[in-house]
Amino acid sequence: MFRTALRNVLAHKARLLMTVLAVMLGVAFVSGTLIFNDTLSGGYRDQAARNYAHVDVEVRSYDPSDKVPGLSGKALDEIARLDGVAGAAGRVGGSAGVVDRNGGLLGGGSSGMGANFAPGKDGKDPLYVFTDGSGPTEPRQVALDKDTAEQGGYHVGDTVRVAFRGPAKTYELSGIFTTDDTWVALGDSLALFDTPTAQRLFLQPGYYEYATVTAAPGTSNTELAATLRKLLPDDTDVKTGRQLADERARGGASDASTLSAILLAFAAVALFVSVFLIANTFTMLAAQRTRELALLRAVGASRRQVTRSVLVEAMVVGAVGAAAGLGLGAAMAAVARSTVGVFGTKNPDGPLVVTSSTVLVAAAVGILVTMVAAWLPARRAAKIPPVAAIGSAHLPATTRSLLIRNLLGGIITLLGAAVVVAGAGAGGSTAKGLVGLGALLVVTGVLVLIPLLSRHVIAVVQPLLRAGFGVSGKLAGRNAVRSPRRTGATASALAIGLTVVSAMTVLATTLGQSMDRMTTDIVKADYMVTDSGASLDTSAAAALRKAPGVTTVSKEQQSWMRLDGIQEDVSAVTPADFDKTIRLPVVSGSQDTLAQGQVAVADDEARAHGWKVGDTLPAVYGDDDKRRKLTVGAVFESNEVVLPVVVSADVIDPNATSTTLSRVYLKAEGSTNEKALADALAGRPGIKIDDRQAIRDEFGGAFDTVLNVLYALLAISLVIAVLGVVNTLAMSVFERQREVGMLRAVGLDRRGVTRMIQLESVVISLFGAATGIAVGTFLGWAVGEVTKAEIPRYALVLPWGRFGIFLLSAALVGLLAAMWPARSAARLNMLTAIKSE
Amino acid sequence: MMSSPPPRTPTVAARATDLSKVYGQGDTRVVALDRVSVGFERSRFTAIMGPSGSGKSTLMHCVAGLDSFSSGSVHVGDVELGALTDRQLTRLRRDKVGFVFQAFNLLPTLTALENITLPMDIAGRTADKEWLDGVIRMVGLSGRLGHRPAQLSGGQQQRVAVARALASRPEIVFGDEPTGNLDSRAGAEILGFLRDSVRTLGQTVVMVTHDPVAASYADRVVFLVDGRIVDEMYEPSADGVLELMKSFDTPRFRAS
Repeated sequence: MFRTALRNVLAHKARLLMTVLAVMLGVAFVSGTLIFNDTLSGGYRDQAARNYAHVDVEVRSYDPSDKVPGLSGKALDEIARLDGVAGAAGRVGGSAGVVDRNGGLLGGGSSGMGANFAPGKDGKDPLYVFTDGSGPTEPRQVALDKDTAEQGGYHVGDTVRVAFRGPAKTYELSGIFTTDDTWVALGDSLALFDTPTAQRLFLQPGYYEYATVTAAPGTSNTELAATLRKLLPDDTDVKTGRQLADERARGGASDASTLSAILLAFAAVALFVSVFLIANTFTMLAAQRTRELALLRAVGASRRQVTRSVLVEAMVVGAVGAAAGLGLGAAMAAVARSTVGVFGTKNPDGPLVVTSSTVLVAAAVGILVTMVAAWLPARRAAKIPPVAAIGSAHLPATTRSLLIRNLLGGIITLLGAAVVVAGAGAGGSTAKGLVGLGALLVVTGVLVLIPLLSRHVIAVVQPLLRAGFGVSGKLAGRNAVRSPRRTGATASALAIGLTVVSAMTVLATTLGQSMDRMTTDIVKADYMVTDSGASLDTSAAAALRKAPGVTTVSKEQQSWMRLDGIQEDVSAVTPADFDKTIRLPVVSGSQDTLAQGQVAVADDEARAHGWKVGDTLPAVYGDDDKRRKLTVGAVFESNEVVLPVVVSADVIDPNATSTTLSRVYLKAEGSTNEKALADALAGRPGIKIDDRQAIRDEFGGAFDTVLNVLYALLAISLVIAVLGVVNTLAMSVFERQREVGMLRAVGLDRRGVTRMIQLESVVISLFGAATGIAVGTFLGWAVGEVTKAEIPRYALVLPWGRFGIFLLSAALVGLLAAMWPARSAARLNMLTAIKSE
Repeated sequence: MMSSPPPRTPTVAARATDLSKVYGQGDTRVVALDRVSVGFERSRFTAIMGPSGSGKSTLMHCVAGLDSFSSGSVHVGDVELGALTDRQLTRLRRDKVGFVFQAFNLLPTLTALENITLPMDIAGRTADKEWLDGVIRMVGLSGRLGHRPAQLSGGQQQRVAVARALASRPEIVFGDEPTGNLDSRAGAEILGFLRDSVRTLGQTVVMVTHDPVAASYADRVVFLVDGRIVDEMYEPSADGVLELMKSFDTPRFRAS
């Protein structure tokens, strides 16, 4: 039986091609994700190990809320004098953007880093290897990492500007170095200063953030760490380089595995979609080979043997697909690693890691999915009676009644819809469970019902086809509903992908729009100024004040406080200016109370902790631990514009010690524009000025990015669905050769035949897409109903434009899928077609 | 009841001149048709007969514009087929020629009526109502026009095929063993309709068959052996045709 099965696979190579491709794509997605994950984890591990290769032990006692800002110079000297210590380097660092010659920031778009150059007794710092020049030893000097220097075209001796808070400062480039620092390897820029300068810039003169300690010969790192731990105060963090490397590698690896989990979910969708294609292929193959299978039965093969032979075919197909998929997956992982680097961060390099478990998973997924999908067709093939071998009539494909299927589908769908509606009405956490369950039922029910739906939905467009495309259209429509199961399975593959896409699109559009409504209601400012580096400070605000046309400058600082024992992020504002630029969506109380030193809190926080207007709450903030009292003056709808607690800057920082600003809002008269504002901010790179539209995009725009990523992830499922359409059409054309020959004989020209196949394809694709959109919209609505309590200003928005694009794409996909089958149909030799039995 | 038949004229509806069809080359060269010249008169029922492999079907396919030929010429009406492109040939088949094949004449998705009007639907023309009704009445399908082929018997399906071939009032109707898959009674009905279409409607019918009884319905029988026309017979009888056929099977004849 095995040999028969193998021969069958070889004999139907062309017809199994699409199946192999589908399995290959699904497996490629899975194995590519696994390989990508293993490779990144391995890369992070290597990189972390390199990063800490020169660190024996790290001592850290930096806590921003402590009185002492870090390790004092004295403490460092004490450490250096200990037995077993060869050397101790104090280190300090912070944000420092390197400015390019055009006034922009160098590096991977994220803020650059600055640190101190800490030479040991030999005048060298083991963390940095200078390829040119030497480390900075004077306040006017800076050293840059090699990539950044190359990007900026800077050479030793050049003048380089570096931006911190406030206007950029000018330095002289003393040297260019390479380093194994993880962040530099990932694309960040690094500027080195002499130690006193770095302390002044990033911390406080005389203090270090942490120290890297080198063990004396004969002392192991763990021994050294143990000694240090004993001698230093309890709150000091002492770790060996090895421990730190492990921690960092775990951090990177966990990011990678979160990503992998998401990717695998989409791979599962792709595999689910391919199940339909595979089942369809084996059903059609069995139907075409009815006589052959019946002959096997007639000469004595048992039902089980027939089933097994079909399953063995499936296994061979699955194995071939899995092998090809593994190769493609490795290639995809390699490409993904190098392209992800294009957007911002670079990925660690190193060899692709293909573990034996990845190979096993790929093989298992490929073979199991194919065999499971072929299971029902195999069972059905075994039911072909031996007498079918003798029958002279051409046996049509089995026309088993759809009655039971339709009843079952109807019940499941209605039940699901009822559960969803009940859940949407219920509210609370049970609602989410109900909606989830109901959604699953509805999707299952619709998939079961899809053959019935295909008949009725396509019947509706039948007159249109007829009117628009004449005979070709009429025949296409009839052909599309000829085998409802097959059409259903083909359309299902597309419907599943589009259900997910549409549901997500409905939700994202709805959320985006409610966010947008919120933003426009709240933000009354004409411009919002933000900062990607750290150069936005009170001096920048003062500069903006002088820009032409600017009438109001509202400064916002981000801070934190313990309010009623709860750690809260705080927007510290100047009430008089704030009132003109931001209108808080107040639920109770009044925004005016801010000027009286009261706090405004977000409603979700207020609900969670039982705060209401008029309550006086204990609060701890600022540089001391003094307990103060604050009165709640307003409760507002939680939103993205301000932090959950808003308070006057006079309350939280009466002496205005902090000069860093998180945002500045501007009101301006007509005479101003972005250019004028940018001019006012000249010399402060990395500051971004958003006008009203840009502000809306800033708060609502994240959804678009998420959607685009989602579309990309679902692309593979859609490709598989398209393969399914190609597959079905090719098989149908093969089965209908004689009809096509007859049509050609009675006068349908090649174009007519081509159009007939194309239209059938378009009709099936559009039907699948429309079903997916309908189900997706329903699911989007249901999820929206359950979560709307948490979303201010929720109102369901149906993205008709996007739906139109989906349908248009589905039609195009249909045309594309029909290309090859239509061509082969048009080229059929009509005489052989008519005669073929 | 029916529009009056056109006057009988001695002109031919289709003709082949020096028609040859050769497959392959060198050692594998097979001559299917060897310089065949034959004309099919208008408003006549002509049968093409011959043993299997004689080239009778090939001759019909070439004259009907279904197949290409190697040399010589074919005319349907005044049109020379050798000069036509595939699209022009398709149009010729659609507008000027009707077909009845041995089996699989009908599209399973279309009703009987839709199958009958298919060539006109393809052309985007509406049928001549009176003529169409006449044809349908003649083949006795009036009550079954809404049925799908699967709901019709084999004989009924062939009647639909005959009606389709006649519906567009073609210059010439070709039948390729139209009764080959039918029992003798149903076959006789079909042959009767074809003959009636010639007698009462003035149609021209050319039919390929290997059955002497079927051939006896024709006005004239043309005999083909090894790609050549070897004889012909007017107003044939089944016995006469059978006798003649037997003589072709003799070794002497086969050897030539």
